[in-house]
Amino acid sequence: MPTPGPLIEMRGITKSFGAVKANEAVDLSVAPGEILGLLGENGAGKTTLMNVLFGAYAPDAGEILIQGQKVRITSSADALAAGIGMVHQHFHLAPRLTVLENLLIGIPGKSGRLDRAGGLARLAEISRQHGLTLDPDLPVSALSVGEQQRLEIVKALFRGAKLLILDEPTAVLAPREVDGLFSALRSMAAQGLGIIFISHKLNEVRALTHRCTVLRLGRVAGRVDDPANTTSAEMAQLMCGHEIVPPARGPSTPGAAVLTLDGISTSKHSGTVLRDVSLAVRAGEILGIAGVSGNGQRALAEVISGVRAPDAGQMTIAGQKVSRFSPREVQALGLGRIPEDRMTTGLVTNLPLADSMVLPRIGTAAFSAKGLLKPDAIRAFAEEQIKAYDIRCPGPMTRAGALSGGNLQKALLARELAFDPKVLIVSQPTRGLDIGAARFIHEKFLDMRAKGCGIIVIGEDLEELLVLCDRIAVMYEGRIVGTLDSADATIARLGLLMTGAEGHS
Amino acid sequence: MSAVFEQIFQVGFLAAIIRIATPLALATLGEMFSERAGVLNLGIEGIMLLCAMTGFTATSLSGSLWLGVLTAVLTGMLMGALHALFTVALGLSQHVCGIGVTLFSSGLAYFLYRLIFGQQSVPPSIKGFQTVPIPILSDIPVLGPAVFNQFALVYVAIIAIPLAAFVLYRTPWGLSVRMVGENPRAADSAGVSVIATRFQAVILGGALMGLAGAFLSMAQFNAFTFGVVSGRGWVAIALVVFGRWDPWRSAGAALLFAFVDALQLRMQASGLGHIPYEAFLMLPFIFTIVAMAVMSRNAVAPSALLKPFRREER
Ligand SMILES: Nc1ncnc2c1ncn2[C@@H]1O[C@H](COP(=O)(O)OP(=O)(O)OP(=O)(O)O)[C@@H](O)[C@H]1O
Ligand SMILES: [Mg+2]
Repeated sequence: MPTPGPLIEMRGITKSFGAVKANEAVDLSVAPGEILGLLGENGAGKTTLMNVLFGAYAPDAGEILIQGQKVRITSSADALAAGIGMVHQHFHLAPRLTVLENLLIGIPGKSGRLDRAGGLARLAEISRQHGLTLDPDLPVSALSVGEQQRLEIVKALFRGAKLLILDEPTAVLAPREVDGLFSALRSMAAQGLGIIFISHKLNEVRALTHRCTVLRLGRVAGRVDDPANTTSAEMAQLMCGHEIVPPARGPSTPGAAVLTLDGISTSKHSGTVLRDVSLAVRAGEILGIAGVSGNGQRALAEVISGVRAPDAGQMTIAGQKVSRFSPREVQALGLGRIPEDRMTTGLVTNLPLADSMVLPRIGTAAFSAKGLLKPDAIRAFAEEQIKAYDIRCPGPMTRAGALSGGNLQKALLARELAFDPKVLIVSQPTRGLDIGAARFIHEKFLDMRAKGCGIIVIGEDLEELLVLCDRIAVMYEGRIVGTLDSADATIARLGLLMTGAEGHS
Repeated sequence: MSAVFEQIFQVGFLAAIIRIATPLALATLGEMFSERAGVLNLGIEGIMLLCAMTGFTATSLSGSLWLGVLTAVLTGMLMGALHALFTVALGLSQHVCGIGVTLFSSGLAYFLYRLIFGQQSVPPSIKGFQTVPIPILSDIPVLGPAVFNQFALVYVAIIAIPLAAFVLYRTPWGLSVRMVGENPRAADSAGVSVIATRFQAVILGGALMGLAGAFLSMAQFNAFTFGVVSGRGWVAIALVVFGRWDPWRSAGAALLFAFVDALQLRMQASGLGHIPYEAFLMLPFIFTIVAMAVMSRNAVAPSALLKPFRREER
């Protein structure tokens, strides 16, 4: 690849939020046609740095150069004008507007009117060049997550971005969608676009990027010049400052079933319905539920956690029949859950972290008496958990929403594990987490397993499921189409089951 | 009963519907723009009253009707800017500020009116807008005299409806308004100023509320009384929901409400005298409540309604 001067250079960027130094004297550069990986643990400051580049945050110090020229970027409008586009970790789309409307936002019209014809032509051209097809008249709410991401990428190209920032784009994609994304990104780089790619999945980083910059605690911890020939372990060491050993899952001796589903079916709701699902989790066992998302995993998690009552079938927890299907009931029977969407159903983002951490047990004697809360007990509990789980935050009274993804997940885990559940159901437990944090969470699951807890892990990351689970059940169109012992399971076999190719077993 | 039905399809009845619908439609469009951008404006009731007062006063002092309308519109824009200052720039509670604006504007209207006109045994009045027939169109049977022989401000409202739809759905600014009402962060990252767009939408809304107020004191009643608005602002807020935040549907909702109101007026007048008239007065409001309950179940408000936007927050 030709190596002209850098396309974008950031020098000495510093940004603090109150007492937290999110970025400190960070230097970074991207050349045209280069894909730069930006790595770092959760809370290392990757998103913050990119928000500074994109004009969403004003840096406290430092400068940004575009093609050698110093520029002042004080708003996203400036960044867009300078040719910087960003695909955020949480998409910035209006679900009820159409694809085309989301593309045309902020674009000057033609003689006072929205330039629909021009927009359609440009969309068609971008689609053709990079294989990013989209139906312009669909509302965004009708798109899959992968398509929404495609729209975000197209949106940036639509405005003539020379540099594209992608903040953890693969965290929300199924494995097959990742391949599509990568080929589009390579095609863009081949045309001279600079790309900054953030991911916690090191094998992706090694496959895609030309160079990496690694952040640790807000500072540049190191750079990797040849990612393809650097091992994941070496990168992890740079990120965390110490070695990361994958956890070893020893043999287990499962006990009696702690959770059973017998012929569970649901209907009458949006999304995939469950059809005659039966399964059992035994004490001291980890059961994985694999499947392309949207094949009934959400309904399954909702039924098990008592949010949704099934139309037919029975469920028992620790031998007791669940009769009313309310979150309170299943919790009282010993179920803990970590939902998929940490922000909306997990923690209350506007409340102090401490309050969120006791929310499911707020009525118990530990945290309230005679109808009044015990603030000291709540605080003490939160402080204890923050220490035990190394949750990085200013303190128990921080707004939960201000925590980084990994720290939120740790907080949720701490909350559920503190009450020794008999059964634990988790969805996408390490989505968006750095390998250190993922490792930590896997270890906790294995600890719980050793203590005789039955764990269900719903996930799309097959490698993770194979490392973690004793057995893996595959869901397809609302049914369990097969259950494999993980000793016999391979990615290929699971993949085949996930597409519904191999019939019932 | 058949006498009642005969009256319904009289020209006079249709004309009355149009006249009742006009201030409601203008106010509803105003509130709709504001809410589409994510700002609930509960100041509407007071803003309409204040604008009715300033418009009336300007006309009364200058003798010019259009100067009065201009004054009312500017007053509306000013009050819109005030509401936006609190809710958009400072991010304060939209409910509290809206009620504050209503209380403040109403108080100001009473105060200024007394200050300028004093206590008079006969309230002052002006020669308000007169009906202006539109050539050719007003010759269409029934519809012509009812719709096209009206006050100039009625025509303004009739033009305002398609214009509002055009602006909202076909212009870049209208798209920005819809976007900041749905997902301000998305608008911000697309280079649209959320604050400026919301300010503009709330101020435009205030201008339309000003027109509505001017209509009441300068075309409908030709005088200013403290009861001149009497809940029309609150009704407009309901009609926005009923109209699902869409200009055409909102105008339709205003027409429907005006129909029930005109019907109720006729029923009061026509021989059903043994029923207390208050019962008829309630009719349009009962209609609104029922219609709202039925319609608003699947109406979806702009997602960012009531939510202030601060950039560095997550
Ligand atoms: N708007 C904000 N207000 C307060 N603190 C913030 C804000 N944004 C980020 N922080 C803090 O700054 C630090 C860096 O956060 P940032 O989101 O940049 O991390 P990250 O590297 O993107 O992590 P992750 O991998 O979890 O996405 C964290 O400690 C976070 O809590
Ligand atoms: Mg991040």
